[in-house]
Amino acid sequence: MKNLRGYFVIFAVLGLLCAGSFLLNAAGETIQIKGSDTMVNLGQAWAEEFMAENPQASLAVTGGGSGTGIAALINGTCDIAEASRDMKPQEWDQAKKAGHYVQEFKVAVDALAVVVHPSNPIKQLTFDQLSGIFTGKITNWNEVGGKDQKILVLSRDRNSGTHVYFLEHVLRKGNEKGPEQYAPATLMLPSTQAIIDEVAQSESTIGYVGLGYVSPKVKTLAVSKTNDGPFVGPSKAAAMDKTYPIARPLLFYTARAPQGSVKAFLEFVLSEKGQGIVETMDFVPLGDKA
Amino acid sequence: MRKFREFVIEKTILLNGFACILFVVLIFFFLAKDGLALFKFVSIQDFLFGTLWNPLAEPPQVGILPLFLGSLIVTLGATVIAIPLGMACAIFIGEIAPRWMRETLKAGVELLAAIPSIVIGFIGMTMLGPVVKNLFHLPTGLTALTGSIALAFMAIPTIVSIMEDAISSVPRIYKEGSLALGATHWQTIYRVMIPAASSGIVAAVMLGIGRVIGETMAVMMLTGNASVMPKTILAPVRTMTATIAAEMGETVRGSEHYFALFALGLVLFVITFFINLVADAALHGKQK
Repeated sequence: MKNLRGYFVIFAVLGLLCAGSFLLNAAGETIQIKGSDTMVNLGQAWAEEFMAENPQASLAVTGGGSGTGIAALINGTCDIAEASRDMKPQEWDQAKKAGHYVQEFKVAVDALAVVVHPSNPIKQLTFDQLSGIFTGKITNWNEVGGKDQKILVLSRDRNSGTHVYFLEHVLRKGNEKGPEQYAPATLMLPSTQAIIDEVAQSESTIGYVGLGYVSPKVKTLAVSKTNDGPFVGPSKAAAMDKTYPIARPLLFYTARAPQGSVKAFLEFVLSEKGQGIVETMDFVPLGDKA
Repeated sequence: MRKFREFVIEKTILLNGFACILFVVLIFFFLAKDGLALFKFVSIQDFLFGTLWNPLAEPPQVGILPLFLGSLIVTLGATVIAIPLGMACAIFIGEIAPRWMRETLKAGVELLAAIPSIVIGFIGMTMLGPVVKNLFHLPTGLTALTGSIALAFMAIPTIVSIMEDAISSVPRIYKEGSLALGATHWQTIYRVMIPAASSGIVAAVMLGIGRVIGETMAVMMLTGNASVMPKTILAPVRTMTATIAAEMGETVRGSEHYFALFALGLVLFVITFFINLVADAALHGKQK
């Protein structure tokens, strides 16, 4: 008899666990937000503020990368996908096949600063020069007016929307399907902080980081899209009035037209308060509805 | 009642035993399913022997040779550092150290295994990188050597603990016989003990290598991840594991890039499988 009771206890516990998880699912209409690692802190800040204002709302923000978020959206395991790059045609097809009407919302802007070691005499570079440096055609600083020193190129790794944006808009100068590639010798670092640390340590480096990460340990360069200027340094103001050329939109994707709490959250994000949070998180607010 | 209970427990244990194998088989098939899909787009030669890894290009270039060599050079470097250190440590713990010190040392080495790899990566990035950079006058401290040193520290606990077991399981009479014939303690160690424990030592080394080649986080933080064909150990390299970890998050599901990463995982799986096979053969082959 004793043994039977043991089994009974095990079954009872299992049953309770099942019921518990079922109840949890039923009770929480949690909005799942997933995607870009660049945006995860921003999303978290929005979610916290939104939940403070709407105590009944429940949001969960996770990272993993833009691709992860978009895949989750297509599979129906998240409500909002955060992305620091556009959805690719292949992903649009998959979403359509899964029966989604995906909507895209621009929620903030991220400006990328080109950074070098503080001892580097270079002050400005054109897109042509940047493209040459990052594709490996220009390998010495003296080719762009600097010291006679080999250039050490740093980039984020391919899991980063930043990597893709810089590739398409600077290396390929806006021609998204262009043949340019990062030089094989480019160091691919796993985080923006790693790029800042390496640039601060090594004299011959060049890298790019989100504006919010710029610190006094590194020097930012003014850049120009054309060969004869104007050269613009990275700043929030310059990114907002669109004179700074390396700024990209940060996006939300939803599987269908937003409703209920998702819609309320989106409205909050686009409100003055939501855009104020963008600024405190060191990104660039959308500014005038353009 | 008792018979029924025995039956249930026996079958449960049996099922658990098979479950492990089932998982390995399932993982392998899952990897193979998505990995082999790559070869609809790319030939096996281009994949295995291509020297350019540009999965975001149009069309994608997915030559894994630089990544394979990157993994190889980091692993070799780590092995060269870890084997002498680990072997010396194991011999000291197993043969020379007095009993009280033996227990402390063993616990210490095992503690080393408990350090998470991201912590090793972090320490390597802030402390080891600058040292390597200044020592060799390099433009950056993120090189294959930096990764090798960090990985050596992660392989040493595995190597020491298995080697020490092998050395202390050598029958006492071997040692006593050798000493009785007039050999010194050192002669006994390297002419009798080590050859007698050789199968265990080979297994220890192979398992250490297996640990190193599969390591991801520390290498990703320390080796610079540049997908060049490595010419020296003092240059940045990109390993297979770091490539998968770094690129999986952002890839488009069902794209050639996605399949290429699975194919890369398959290659890694096959390599570690063979390393474990060799270790196993070494361990059991000689004990008959």
